[in-house]
Amino acid sequence: MFAYIIRRVLYAIPILIGVNLLTFALFFVVNSPEDMARMHLGEKRVTEQAIEKWKQNRGYDKPLLYNVQAEGVQVLTDTIFFTKSVRLFVLDFGSADDGRNIGQDILQRMWPSLAIAIPVFIVGLLVNITFALLLAFFRATYIDIWGVIGCVILMSISTLFYIIGGQYLIGKTLQLVPISGYDFGLNSFKFLVLPVLVGIIGGIGAGTRWYRTIFLEEINRDYVRTARAKGLSELRVLFRHVLKNAMIPILTGAVVVIPLLFMGSLLTESFFAIPGLGAYTIEAIQAQDFAIVRAMVFLGSVMYIVGLVLTDISYTLVDPRIRLN
Amino acid sequence: MPGYQSDAKHLPIRNLNRCAWFGLWLAGLILTGCDMSEWNNPYPAAQRGKNILYASFEERPKHLDPVRSYSSNEYAFIGQIYEPPLQYHYLKRPYELMPLTATAMPEVRYYDAAGQQLPANAAADLIASSEYVIHIKPGILYQPHPAFARDANGNYRYLDLKPAELAGIRSLADFPATGTRELVAADYVYQIKRLAHPRLNSPIQGLMNDYITGLAAYAKMLSAADEAQPELEGFKTWLDLRTLPLEGAEVIDRYTYRVRIKGKYPQFMYWLAMPFFAPMPWEAARFYAQPGMQTRNITLDWYPVGTGAYMLTVNNPNYQMVLTRNPNFHGMVYPSQGEQGDVAAGLLADAGKPLPFIDQAIYRLEKESIPYWNKFLQGYYDTSGISADSFDQAIQFSPKGEAALTPVMRQKGIELLTAVQSSTFYMGFNMLDPVVGGNSMRARLLRRAISIAVDYEDYISIFANGRGVSAQGIVPPGIFGHGEGKAAINPFVYDWVNGRPQRKAVAVAKQLLAQAGYPNGRNRKTGKPLLIKLDVTGGGPEDKARFDWLRKQFRKIDLELVIRNTDYNRFQEKMRTGNAQVFMWGWNADYPDPENFMFLLYGPNGKVKHGGENAANYSNAEFDRLFDKMKNMENSPARYAIILQMTDIARRDAPWLWGMHPKQFVLTHSWYKNAKPNLMAHNTLMYKRIDPQLREQKRREWNRPVIWPVVVLSLVVLLSIIPGVIVYRRKEHQAARHTASS
Repeated sequence: MFAYIIRRVLYAIPILIGVNLLTFALFFVVNSPEDMARMHLGEKRVTEQAIEKWKQNRGYDKPLLYNVQAEGVQVLTDTIFFTKSVRLFVLDFGSADDGRNIGQDILQRMWPSLAIAIPVFIVGLLVNITFALLLAFFRATYIDIWGVIGCVILMSISTLFYIIGGQYLIGKTLQLVPISGYDFGLNSFKFLVLPVLVGIIGGIGAGTRWYRTIFLEEINRDYVRTARAKGLSELRVLFRHVLKNAMIPILTGAVVVIPLLFMGSLLTESFFAIPGLGAYTIEAIQAQDFAIVRAMVFLGSVMYIVGLVLTDISYTLVDPRIRLN
Repeated sequence: MPGYQSDAKHLPIRNLNRCAWFGLWLAGLILTGCDMSEWNNPYPAAQRGKNILYASFEERPKHLDPVRSYSSNEYAFIGQIYEPPLQYHYLKRPYELMPLTATAMPEVRYYDAAGQQLPANAAADLIASSEYVIHIKPGILYQPHPAFARDANGNYRYLDLKPAELAGIRSLADFPATGTRELVAADYVYQIKRLAHPRLNSPIQGLMNDYITGLAAYAKMLSAADEAQPELEGFKTWLDLRTLPLEGAEVIDRYTYRVRIKGKYPQFMYWLAMPFFAPMPWEAARFYAQPGMQTRNITLDWYPVGTGAYMLTVNNPNYQMVLTRNPNFHGMVYPSQGEQGDVAAGLLADAGKPLPFIDQAIYRLEKESIPYWNKFLQGYYDTSGISADSFDQAIQFSPKGEAALTPVMRQKGIELLTAVQSSTFYMGFNMLDPVVGGNSMRARLLRRAISIAVDYEDYISIFANGRGVSAQGIVPPGIFGHGEGKAAINPFVYDWVNGRPQRKAVAVAKQLLAQAGYPNGRNRKTGKPLLIKLDVTGGGPEDKARFDWLRKQFRKIDLELVIRNTDYNRFQEKMRTGNAQVFMWGWNADYPDPENFMFLLYGPNGKVKHGGENAANYSNAEFDRLFDKMKNMENSPARYAIILQMTDIARRDAPWLWGMHPKQFVLTHSWYKNAKPNLMAHNTLMYKRIDPQLREQKRREWNRPVIWPVVVLSLVVLLSIIPGVIVYRRKEHQAARHTASS
């Protein structure tokens, strides 16, 4: 397994270079270093000298990808792409365009993101699996039909509606929790109730349908019929046999997102004023802060790769037939 | 079986007990719920009843270093912390400058080219340089800050930190010791030198290079000195500006300094009321420049050091920022004079009382308007603006067109404050464009025709909810040079009818268009329709409605409007290169002087040729001559006459479609006192007062949690389980029977 993990890590390097190159190209197609300077220096009374100085101070006065004036290997290394990208591989994210240390900001802002994402993930998974098993149990009955219709309705509603609806109903009309905001430590509980609830409800439709499909596929297998033939109760069949055998597709979807949980949710964090990494990314895009955008995309890619490796490893835990070699 | 029987007997009793307990718990919850309130309170319970102001911010301030900061959302914070020598009177209108840390208004001396002092009324062209001598009050202390902390031997404790000493330090609050020292004139001079610092990128450096003697050369010298400065941990070490003299800013004595200006620049007085000219202690600059500080995000741009009424005690702009009363504040009193109507409005009730009134101001990040508005209505924010979403809920217009609060708002005791902003939003014509630009009569008539056709009164009504006044010229209301009444209307666009300006009829615009050579919107010579290209930014649903409206306005005079929508970067590029034809833009005043608006049409300030703020690239020799004369004058009838002349020229040439001056609408709760819009002053927080008891009472009234729907929902969920269980049992039995029978 160790060799497998090493191999996957090595495979990740060209992927990360590619992602970085793509992010770089997409960002600089839309924004030039001059645009970034103007954005940071403000709109009033900005002189060309100030722009040049800003670019020079932050290393944006170099060519983007290829330095025709340099010699040797410097044609590639003395460029914005190289100087801004190479340190990412040792997870040194450097400074944002306003001078703040990105690594520090990420460390600070990952906790609010996790405070929402972890309960939404765990409770959401349990709720979705429970509902899916319930529908599978009542398959081909009115409960199943109406359940699926309900899921389709829930899937069709925009996340934004859940957020605004939740804020209106629970925060404004019933006045049970604050409409938005955040606090740290135990005080955070009352701020988390609503976004977590919204996150869970928003995910029920798609999650339940997905797991229901998996369970229905399993439920018609021979081993299930055998279990029933042995006289096991339907609940025992579902929880002890069907659920266990459906773990591989469940893990495929679930484990891969675990490392990404701390990247936060762009919409939820923005509407609930949660100071997480999702909001951090959105703010950086709005402020044309390439250093943060690049760092967050890179981190997202790394986390995704970690998620895939974890998924592979988790297969071996739930299915003894699988070996990583 | 005995065991089974036993269970069967006891089960209902146990269930009864459980039910009884649940019922008791529920009743208790509901009963206590009657007394409980503010479950939705976003603030800790410990803050209840405290003298704290609650406000919000939408966007994280980019800079809190006074040499870099240049936007209103940043000034909302640093304006309370940093104290420049001058300030604006809180109540008087028109805006009036007065000393803040200065003992009196600066002494201004003029000199000719030979260095001889000139009288105060000397002609501007004789003045080669001006001197501003500023005396500051002794005894003013800085806020407590680690940069001033000293050890037992009197040495600075944290100005020469070793990496080991920074272990465990994550924010400024982690430094256990703080200190203070007296504000001295050298701190003001230090800050002026920082304007030229190569690593700080001050936005006004370019402008001040033209005025402060020797600043441009000083910037070059600093660049060279900074290059030579060694690096530690990847960051340049502190550059001690005290050792590098600047000709234009000198310390005269401990409490006096002098700023030398090229020529005459009366507007410099206004700059002295802005944070760019606030004091900066060298200790702070050195403290923050130490290795390891920047990697911990402990910078001057993040943790200000000032002498003002408040200090920033929490700076987490991803969540909240907290201003706390500065224990070392030198003290001021609430003004005892204001303008007419201030007494009736209760704005002088606190006259002579010591400032500040509020102990702490908590600013929470609130990115979306809907939660922000709802929290205001719940009493969790003390003031609020009005977004388009909530406008109808808050404001209604009388038949005369006056804005007033809706009954719902009045019932809550909310008050409305309005003020015309010192800003202008206009539609500009690129004067370098061959179709709409130039000084020919054809182009002038075309611009005037468009100016009549685009009905800005309609625009204000539809897109600004009536929050604005249509502009008659460049200078907005409240600034010297703005006129009211019949004599002040733009005669090329308006007629004076029934005591108010009325836009000329579309027929007049069509006639002008025909005179310009475009009858029915077609070129008389070629017969081709005239296309006008408007460069805009934005692509939201509201923008689409705005663009449709604009097309409709042009269609009124048979012109086809082509809207070229682009992102802001490309738009700015088009403006810089002169590739836009018609555009929409705005300007917000730096200071209340007509020069700050008239310069937007000053030829040598053209955007394409000179990179200035004259986005229309308008150039008129007479206008420029008058501007040169007007800019150095004191406010007087003679200056007003020149401004009128300049306005007439601009109206005749019509480089702008004059657009509108927006109106600010602010809502305040009944417990929020001394609120008066002051669009120039930055240190306004200290004048505000709140009644925390009244706020607490209102919050309790307005925020009673409604529990019964939750109880009902829970019961429904519980009850819905019962048929599920029945169905499950039936299914299980069916399966058993089916298995048995088969």
